[in-house]
Amino acid sequence: MKVDLTVNGKDITADVEDRTLLVHFLRDVADLTATNIGCDTTSCGACTVLLDGESVKSCTVLAAQASGHEVVTLEGLADGAEMHPVQKAFHEQHGLQCGFCTPGMVMAIVSLLKENPHPTEEQVRTGLEGNLCRCTGYHNIVRAALAAAAGETNQ
Amino acid sequence: MIPATFTYKRAASAEEALDLAAEYGEDAKFLAGGHSLLPLMKLRLAAPEVLIDLGGLRDLSYVHDLGDHIAIGALTRHHDVEHSDVLASEIPLLAHAAGQVGDPQIRHRGTIGGSVAHADPASDLPAVLLALDATFTARGGDGSREIPAGEFFQSLFETSLEPGELLTEIRVPKPSDRAWSFQKFTQRAIDWAIVGVAVQGHSVALVNMGPTPLRATAVEQALAAGASPADAAAHAADGTSAPADIRASTAYREHLAQVLTRRALAEAH
Repeated sequence: MKVDLTVNGKDITADVEDRTLLVHFLRDVADLTATNIGCDTTSCGACTVLLDGESVKSCTVLAAQASGHEVVTLEGLADGAEMHPVQKAFHEQHGLQCGFCTPGMVMAIVSLLKENPHPTEEQVRTGLEGNLCRCTGYHNIVRAALAAAAGETNQ
Repeated sequence: MIPATFTYKRAASAEEALDLAAEYGEDAKFLAGGHSLLPLMKLRLAAPEVLIDLGGLRDLSYVHDLGDHIAIGALTRHHDVEHSDVLASEIPLLAHAAGQVGDPQIRHRGTIGGSVAHADPASDLPAVLLALDATFTARGGDGSREIPAGEFFQSLFETSLEPGELLTEIRVPKPSDRAWSFQKFTQRAIDWAIVGVAVQGHSVALVNMGPTPLRATAVEQALAAGASPADAAAHAADGTSAPADIRASTAYREHLAQVLTRRALAEAH
């Protein structure tokens, strides 16, 4: 079937199988491989992207369902060479270890801060319930989210 | 993992969804948020030949205050139920429980109607709506009918919806006794409840204590007869048939139901 998505501001039309998952569309058709496939069972959050501005797990959305809608992946956050404040905060707070969960964590935090620009630490922790870090590096991830919310990133 | 092959159809209206359902019959399933159905399809536990996507029916996403009850469109997402001001003030149990479903990403996609129609006894909202004496509106080729929550859930993943009928609305009466509590016990935050308990007034319903969500009738009768919350909660497992699985044995769930019911009644009253 033909699907037509806006991904990171760019229109992408493709013929795909009806059963194509959004994450496979992003990685294999759009060639955007920052979005990782972790558990593939809606648990780990590694495949989190924004669909119409809200975090979703792209392993559990069909490309067909997203057709006509707007998707933002990690590659779409930076403004040219200028990193997004959440990316900067991850860099500065060392919010990653192996890095596998990082794209999903960053996207989940971008969505969280859009809904709640000034969360408490507890709200960040519950807001990241859907994202697992297999290195258990949660403390610095939470610090990065709070630093981004406070605007405490170096310009 | 990808699902087995199927044909995807997107319905632009409830009428078109019903027409497609009539055309494809039992080979078709409705797709709402897809956060119960797609995982089952990836595991090959479900393999419908046709998916009828309801995602475009935004006119079935609403929360309306209609005086003595609240009407909720079947395609209202958990996120929108959780953040509804009307529900927060009128039926906080439902808004709170919706905020406990899965995680933020799941709540951005999953819908209240999808959860009800899927009828997983481990899901939170079916039991919550049972405790709230909700009714469900089903629309078919011959018009609409109302189904009380107590008659809706027939067995594991089985409801009284007829083939081709579409769940369109959930109606929840405003509770006269405003005391409420929702207790959910999980291993990880995003897991289904090992056991859950919803209390509204003296109505008590159980998550994952049988093939359907259950009213804890023995607890309700004990409360009506004047038993203390702690004594009433001791009856929480009466008449249940809790499953045993990798997370918990039947006996563990029976004990947990009593503990959570005691906590729920204490918190509510």
